This record gives sequence, C-alpha cells and structure tokens, in this order.
Amino acid sequence: MKIDTTPEVSGMGHSMKRKEDPRFIRGKGNYVDDIQLPGMLYMDIVRSPFAHAKIKSINTEKALKIPGVLAVITGETLAKYNLHWMPTLMSDTQMVLPVEKVVYQSQEVAAVIATSRYIAADGVDAVEVDYEPLPVVVDPFKALEPGATVIRTDKKDKKDNHIFHWEVGDRAATEKAFAEAEVVVKQDCYIPRIHVASIETCGCIADFDRVNGKLTVYMTTQAPHAIRTVFALVAGHVGLSEERIRIISPDIGGGFGGKVPVYPGYVIATAASVVIGKPIKWIEDRMENLQADSFARDYWMKAELAAKKDGTITALRIKTLADHGCADAAANPSKFPAGLFSICTGSYDIKHAFAEVDGAYTNKPPGGVAYRCSFRVTEAVHMIERVTDILAQQLKMDPAELRLKNFIPKEKFPYQSALGWEYDSGDYARALKLAMERIGYPALRKEQAEKRARGELMGIGISSFTEIVGAGPSKHFDILGIKMFDSAEIRIHPTGKAIARFGTKSQGQGHETTYAQIIAEELGIPASAVQIEEGDTDTAPYGLGTYASRSTPTAGAAGAMAARKIREKAKKIAAHLLEVSPEDLVWETGKFSVRGAPQRSKTIQEIAFAAYTNHPQGMEAGLEAVCYYDPPNLTFPFGSYICVVDIDRGTGQVKIRRFMAVDDCGNIINPMIVDGQIHGGLSMGMAPALMEEISYDENGNVQGGSFMDYLVPTAMETPSWETDKTVTPSPHHPFGAKGVGESATVGAPPAIVNAVVDALSHLGVTHVEIPMTPERVWRILKEKGVAE
Amino acid sequence: MIPAAFDYHAPKSLAEAVGLLSQYGDGAKVLSGGQSLLPLLKLRLGQAAHLVDIGRIPGLEYIKEEGGMLRIGGRTRESALEHSDLIRSRYPILLDTVLVIADPLVRNMATVGGNLAHGDPGNDHPATMLVLGAQVVATGPKGERVIPVDKFFLGLFSTALKPDEIVTEIRIPMPAARSGGAYVKFERKVGDYATAAAAASITLAANGTIAQAGLALTNMGPTSVRATAAEQQLVGKKPDAAVLESAARAAAQATSPNADRRGATDYKKEMGRVLAVRALKKALARAGGN
Repeated sequence: MKIDTTPEVSGMGHSMKRKEDPRFIRGKGNYVDDIQLPGMLYMDIVRSPFAHAKIKSINTEKALKIPGVLAVITGETLAKYNLHWMPTLMSDTQMVLPVEKVVYQSQEVAAVIATSRYIAADGVDAVEVDYEPLPVVVDPFKALEPGATVIRTDKKDKKDNHIFHWEVGDRAATEKAFAEAEVVVKQDCYIPRIHVASIETCGCIADFDRVNGKLTVYMTTQAPHAIRTVFALVAGHVGLSEERIRIISPDIGGGFGGKVPVYPGYVIATAASVVIGKPIKWIEDRMENLQADSFARDYWMKAELAAKKDGTITALRIKTLADHGCADAAANPSKFPAGLFSICTGSYDIKHAFAEVDGAYTNKPPGGVAYRCSFRVTEAVHMIERVTDILAQQLKMDPAELRLKNFIPKEKFPYQSALGWEYDSGDYARALKLAMERIGYPALRKEQAEKRARGELMGIGISSFTEIVGAGPSKHFDILGIKMFDSAEIRIHPTGKAIARFGTKSQGQGHETTYAQIIAEELGIPASAVQIEEGDTDTAPYGLGTYASRSTPTAGAAGAMAARKIREKAKKIAAHLLEVSPEDLVWETGKFSVRGAPQRSKTIQEIAFAAYTNHPQGMEAGLEAVCYYDPPNLTFPFGSYICVVDIDRGTGQVKIRRFMAVDDCGNIINPMIVDGQIHGGLSMGMAPALMEEISYDENGNVQGGSFMDYLVPTAMETPSWETDKTVTPSPHHPFGAKGVGESATVGAPPAIVNAVVDALSHLGVTHVEIPMTPERVWRILKEKGVAE
Repeated sequence: MIPAAFDYHAPKSLAEAVGLLSQYGDGAKVLSGGQSLLPLLKLRLGQAAHLVDIGRIPGLEYIKEEGGMLRIGGRTRESALEHSDLIRSRYPILLDTVLVIADPLVRNMATVGGNLAHGDPGNDHPATMLVLGAQVVATGPKGERVIPVDKFFLGLFSTALKPDEIVTEIRIPMPAARSGGAYVKFERKVGDYATAAAAASITLAANGTIAQAGLALTNMGPTSVRATAAEQQLVGKKPDAAVLESAARAAAQATSPNADRRGATDYKKEMGRVLAVRALKKALARAGGN
C-alpha cells in the first residue's frame, strides 16, 4: 500500500502510536466505576439460585432493617410503572424483574439500594425469597419435543418453545445437486455457549435530576445513541423524553458485543434513580457478568457438502438449531433471525446452497451476543471450514489443494453468492499461497510424515475464511427501524487544528487514533492535531455504535466524506485567497496550489484561518461538515490461517506450535493497530477452540460461572502469533478499507480444529468438537489405542 | 464479591496473635497472605468474625539451612522461595512447586505456611512436603510443637493445627547425596488447581538401586495422597522404565479424585499415573540416574 503523507501528518498507512494509550498506561482512564457523583447510592442485585421457579414471596423486611439500606426494588415495584418487562432488539420481550417466575439461574429477582456497596451486599444477603422449583428445560432439542415444559408462559397462546424458523437459498435446486453428487460428506457440529468476558464488567450510574427532569446515564455501552432512543421509546410513558436523556459511554474496558444489549440492571438502576431522585451506581461483579449477561454462539449445526470426485464442490446444505435461552435477545440488527449466517458458503464458488435455522427457548440467560463476530459468522465459517476438510480427507486430497480448487476466482468479484450476498472484492488464492509460503507448508507435511512414523502426533490445519462486516446497508439492517448508517462531524479551528465527533464508540479499537489518521489523510492536518470524541449523546452526532467490525466501514467512511466536504469549501477559500478560479487549483496533501505555478499555494492551516477571518463574500464563515454514511454494501474481509499443533499423548493436551495468519482487510489505516486487532482476535479465537465453554447441568445450573472454570487464556497459554497481509481494497468504500476487528476470532477456531483432526486423521478421526480440552482429546487417544 | 462484616486485628507479636486466637477460638481466622482466605470471604463461602493478621509480626519470613534442616519461616512469601538462590541451587523440587503455584501476583502475597495450613488438597506444597519428609512447626499458647507432615493433613480443609496455633516454620531435611526430587503439574491454564500433579523424590544407593523413594499426588482425594505402596515398590529396585511405570500405576490406583470441570475420575486417575511417571523420571535424572 502506498503511503501519501509524512510521519508528521500520519495519514493512512502509518503505524502511529495510539493517542489513547498514555492515559490507559498511566491509570488515568475514566471508566464507569471511576465516576463518583455527589450523593451517589449503590445498587446490588438478588439473583435466582434456580433455573426455573415460581416466586411465591419476596420478604424484604430484614434487608430494610439494615442501617443504610434505603429500598428494595422488586418486579411489583416496577410493574406499577409497567417497566417489569422490556423489548429486545429481536422484537421479543425480556424480564427486567420477575413478578411470577424466574426462567434462568442468576436471573435478577430484586435490587437493593443502599448508601454503600458493602451495605448493599449485606442487604442482598438479607432478602428472603421463597421459590417453588419448576421443571427445567436445558436441551434445545428436548425443548421442541411435544409436551415439553413451556418456558414463556407470559405469552398468551404460546404452547411450545419454538421461536422462529428461517431459511435461505433454493431448496429444490440444492436437493437436486445432492441427488446428482458423486461424493457427499456430512457432519454434525456444536458451537458451545461462550461469554465475551471483557475485563470491565457491565454497569452504570443513573442520575435523574428531579429539578430539570433530565436523566443522565453513564453506561458501559457500545451504542449510546441507540440506547437513548430505546430508553425514550420504552420509558416515554413515565415521562422520559429523548431531549432530556443523555447517555455517556466513557472509557470502555472491552465490549466484543457483550455491551450492546440493554441489561435489566441498567433499567432497574434508572427506574430507581427516577423514583429516589439520586444518582445510583450499579457495577456487576465477575460472576454476575459471566452467569447472567447475554451469551454467544450455542448453535447445533448439521452440514452436508456435495462434490464431484475431482473435488469440485457443487452444493451445501445446513440445518441448525439455535439455543436462544429464555428470550430472543440477540444483538442482531440485521433483518434475518440468524444474522449473517448465510455467509456459510464461505470462500468457495458453490452454485447451490440452502440453509435453515430454528430458534428455541431454554432455561438459560438470553443468548445471541455476536461475540466479536458479525452476527453468526463464526458459526458459519466453522461449519464450512470443517466440512471442506472432511471432504478433502474423504477424497484423500490435500486440504490446501481442495481449497485452491474451489475458491471464488478473483476475476469473479463482485461475486453473487448462492445465498444472496454480493462479495465486494477478494483474492483468496493469493492469501492462502502466502500463508503456505510463510509457514513452509511442504516442509511441515514432510515433518508430519516422519513424526507419524515415530508415533508422534502433529497436525497442520488450514482455515480460509470470508467475513461479512460493516453493518450496514439500510436495505438489510436497522435497529427499531433506525437505519444502520453512521456519522461524523468535523470542525476545523482557526489555527488549523480540528475536533471531530463520531456516532460510534471505541472499546479498545483505537478510534481516537485511526479516525484522526483518516482526517489527516484527507485534509493534511496532522493526526496529532485532530481531537476525536465519541460516546456522549449530547455532543456526538447520532450513530448506531461500534460492533460487527462496522466502525471503519461506516463511521470511518463518514469521516472521510465529511473531510472531503471540508476540502471542497477549502478549495473555494483558497481560490479566493490566490485570486484564481477553483478549477485552476490542485490538491496535494495539506495544500492547494495553482496548476502550473506550484509556488503559489495555500496550506490547509492558512485556509482554515481565512475561513474565520477572510472568507469570500457570500460564503458562510467557518470550516466544518457533517456526514451520515449509509454504506452501499457490506465489506468482505478475508484471510487464510495455518495452524501447527502437537498433541501430548499422555495428557491429551493440544499445543499450538505455530500459527500463521494472513489477513486482507483492504487498505489499512494503521498497520500496528490492525496487527493488535489480529493478535487479540486470534487469542479470542483460540479460547473457544481449546478452553472456554459455558454449559449447564440437567437442573440448569451454570457450569463455568467464574474465572475458576471459565478458562480465559492468559499470555502463558497463548502462542506467539505470526501475521502477514495482502491488500485487496474494497471497491465501494471511500478509502478502500474493510472491517478487521473480528476476522481473527472468526477465522482461527476452524484452523485449530482442522490441525487437531489432521494430527489424528490417520487413526480415522474426522471431527473433534470444541473446546478441544485435554480430556476430550485424551478420550479419543484412548479409544484409538494411542494414549501414553 | 463483598465479604460479610468482620473484626480485623493486627497483632505485633506472636504471643499477642496467639492470645487473640485463644480468645476468639473458632470465630477467628489467621490472615497470612490471604490468597485463599480472602476469596472465600468475598464469595461468602466462608465467614470469620475475627481476622488475625500476622503480617506485622517480626521474624516469620526466612529461608536458611541450619542444623541439617532447611528452615522456612511460616509467613515466607512464595515469591521469596522462587527467587532464593538457596532454593534454586539446592532444592529444585521446591522451585518446581513454587513456579506452578497460581501466578506471580498471587505468589507475591501467598505464604508457604498458609499454603499448608489451609488444608486444600489442590494446593501444591503438600505433596512436595510429603515426599521431602517435612515437619511443620506450630506455635500456640503452650509454645512450639513439631508436627511431622505425614500427620498434618487430616481431611478436606482440615489439619492437625489447633484453632489457636500458627504455622511458624517448615523444616525439611537437607538433601542426601545422590538424591533428586521433582514436582510436575498438569493444569488447564496458569493459576488453576492441578488436574493432577505429582511430587517425587529418589535417593540412589551406590549400586544404582533406589535407596529411598517418595511419591505423592495433588488434588486426587480429600488430602494430598502419599503413595506409600508405590514407594515400597521402588525401594531396592533398579530404576528402569517398567519399575517407574509400575510404581506410578500403584500410586494412581490408591487415589480417589472427584469428577469436576477438570475431568472425570478415570481421566484424573490416568493423569495421576502419567504425571507420576514424569515426576519420577525427572527426580531420577536429578539424582544422577538415567
């Protein structure tokens, strides 16, 4: 990629150090829990020990006797204001506090308001709840059987646990292709529930000012503007009006999709502040975060791949059961109940495909957080990359060769997929070949053969994924009807510095740096002199927030387009100053000069000063612009990952020896930040492949509800990642970029699984479910007679 | 993650601390490094009306060889063991052990006495102390008494310590010639309790046979399990692979692990065997055998 600006300006392509890091490194970040307001009270939550139980009574007497406990809020309290239920993004409903029964373990049952966090915790201990346990539904397949206990008895006429059926593709043509296929492979695959486990848990401070009727909420949210509108729509009947609601999302310690939903705690704290008239802080502890907040994945998939004997894939068919827990609260703004699962044809030119998904209720917390995954893409990529390997194994073809044979060729872009997407750009073979060259693929195959002869277990796995990010085009995406544009507002100060505000919200992505670099690229103002602000709905332009790798594709694009509007006006001012016609001016970074007389020029700084001091007659003073950008299409970043594993025959432990990640996210704003995104994403992709899982016992008791058993990898478990890149710009994005934040989370798990299966393939193993814990792998070794 | 209320005491002498323990009896708990006690209180899995913080009492942190014994002060931090030249050069099994206890942040606070006194079968020191034949020095109202570590662990979270006693020293016999020890732990991630772990010590006789052997397993029952039958099998034998395998199998057979998120019982027993072999081999190599 060509770099057009100097390091002083630091436009596109410079690995500028992150502007936000000095405050984080020095402990000067400002997170919700750092904020202290005068007179602030604290809230703590009573949670259900049962997964499904009738609430017979809640006795608050003892709690209210504790000095410092001011109130105990129950479902009955909220029911008076009709706030005991709230809508979800998927047009379902979810309890805020129960009045009749609880439907998952750790569900909110009551909230204690007290003068200190310690007293609030004592208050929680003192609230007495009498439960009558009800039959528990944990297995989504059993949930759909006739006669299963109905969970959502709140819905009149609801007689089962089925939420939705959704299908896409040409069923008949796909069936025909399967009937004619020379080879068919099938595989069931479960992607377990996992949790984002961001370092900062969720929380808020709700501050209702009774005098002026204004509600300010400091909240751990990835989408402050959308939250404001949701609050106005949901609580309009109790007098909250949108102009008097201010949502402030300060520094956020990791979101990954987990801070998109509206959690009951936010609503209870807000209701309590409105009722009591004082600021109320609520901060989850780690176990509450892991046990009660929305989860990701939980997809039960059955896939079939049809092919010719030469390895040409002809059709794909997938049937999926989605466990959504007690509510369809998926953080999914697409118009499809299964999000972007229809990207499941992956990187391959597959003529016929059909996918169907059914959603089921179970006695678990709401599922459907798109954990660092643009809405079900992780599940889709896992499945297609697994069955592709299984096909290679069946045909005794090298998995790299099979992929190269079936990739969508680069000449076919923009490419129409069988399930309806228009892929913007790609060169899949180049990425895979680069990964193979960098890792030394043939030598590894040779080493594997030698090791196998000695009885050692080594495997090489490939994943060639295609992502689909940047929600999104208004034809496919909205939140409560609000289109998924995003926004930027730029003001140039008289001295040529700038402030720019965006509708997104960084949670670690580095927007303060990358957005400044976009503006630096477009206007030639040094990125260091461009101040970026997000997260305060009173000051930032309306936007839909940061998730789904959408910030660069939408708000970043808006920043470039707003800067270009400014450049247009600057051109007119420069023409006025140089006494030439605007058509006679040429732009090079940071200045306009007269065509043919380059010594006659005006810098952007001179023009900015003139915009306030010497602008042409008839022109408004000032130099600023706003852009709301509705992308014409999604972006389709891609990559090829190769993973090398060794398996300990004694313990079953899988060790990642090498992992080579080649990513293509189009043009790059800041290579260092992209590398950081890839490293973090790979670690978060490795975690569910090898370690993380939230499961439930038959009574709906959560297993893995603390960091003791929910195994987030540390630096000690994480291998040294190797990265490289190809650059295939997006043709429709203003500066050719694609999203990148989620590529590695999506692409990494199947590479690791494919490597483990590859290590065991000579023993007849074709599939291993995740997480591939030592015990799970050891049982395979034992069954195959190769355990030490 | 907020504990119930408790009274906090910070005695400045051992006598004062023991006095407080005598006064409050079962209602009092000794706060040493706090790395097990504080999480229990914060999760409200345990309660203590009185915490007696021994952090201000002088003379409880040392590592020295004296009178044929390695002596470790009861409040010695794990990180002190980790960085001790004496431990690094003379007691590799202790270094193995300390390096797999939790993580560096925990080791900066956690103490050797606390690790033993907590009576948690998942803790790593007990197995090592069992194979080293350590002694625990407890100080109470009547002064010091020495408890052989074999008699120290009574059950899950239960030790021979009385409510008014504090672990003030751990004594370990200095290593014999041609001896070696090792601790090998298998964990799901750093900081976890062992899925299984094994401590082994071997002393070789002049003819190359095993003169003395120690083998103990971590987290395989209500207390750390000393594999006496396996030890007896080893003594007098030439330490070849079959002998070590057979001893490890005997050791694993004598365990009774609970199924949990780390694995089912059959898996854990097998891991006990695999790790016992690895620990024995490492100990043997350190003893100068093959």
